[in-house]
Amino acid sequence: VPDEKTLIASILAGNAESFEPLIERHQARVFATARRYARVESEVEDIVQEVFVKAFHKLHTFRGEAPFEHWLMRMTVRTCYDFLRSHKRNREVAFSEFTDSETDWLERFTAETAADPANASMAREVVQRVFEQLSPAARLVLTLLEIEDRSVKEVATMTGWSAVLVKVRAFRARAEMRKCVERMTRQKQL
Amino acid sequence: MKPEELTIRVMAAARAFPPADSVPYAFEKRVMANLRDQPGTDLGTLWTRMLWRAAVPCVAIMLMVSVWTYLIQNSTGNPNTFATELENVVFAPMAALEESW
Repeated sequence: VPDEKTLIASILAGNAESFEPLIERHQARVFATARRYARVESEVEDIVQEVFVKAFHKLHTFRGEAPFEHWLMRMTVRTCYDFLRSHKRNREVAFSEFTDSETDWLERFTAETAADPANASMAREVVQRVFEQLSPAARLVLTLLEIEDRSVKEVATMTGWSAVLVKVRAFRARAEMRKCVERMTRQKQL
Repeated sequence: MKPEELTIRVMAAARAFPPADSVPYAFEKRVMANLRDQPGTDLGTLWTRMLWRAAVPCVAIMLMVSVWTYLIQNSTGNPNTFATELENVVFAPMAALEESW
């Protein structure tokens, strides 16, 4: 199997078919990332397809100084952000509070039970419902910083924002999330 | 439970259960077919794109020249100087034609 540099050189020389092995190599990671931002599987597939089409057309801008995967993940994150913004514009997410079972689950949830795969679907449901209430920038910055555990510098590189902007947006995002969870639990505390 | 604690737990749940990285069957073939179906960029599209890109600098240059002309007119003290000179230059061939009659 040819290495990435050879494949990229071949694509740039006009052999478009060499792009297929590149897709095969990286598609799982792109899918996992896209699923953090889109819930419906058809939307996830659209995002991933857009990422690879963009990557193909912009391949001449890849300088080869960093691994191809980093370049592709930057493109993935930016495409996901564009998706979140257009999604927010086109479809208003209906506000809904936590259901009783979700609140119970969250109260029982601890780091020790995290490994239990039986929790997976409930966990994903709860996380998605909270994150859907956030603004696109807040969702992106919290996902990258808090969930994927990336540094401010990494987030700045991936998003194209300055480090200061990342910090400011992270601060606002945490406040937004606190407010959102508060709103989702308010009814139950009354 | 306090919202702060719930927030921490939501984050912990998100970290503990990362999304699946499964890929639909033959997805790479679909992307390649999509790339093959895309029409190539024709000369007309390229020309239109270049014209649109040139529009902004052209407007900027036009505005700068207008401001410059206005300032020049004001600094000379005679607002008609530039207009008169321009008229003379534009109608010079006409004047020459009339003289030859």
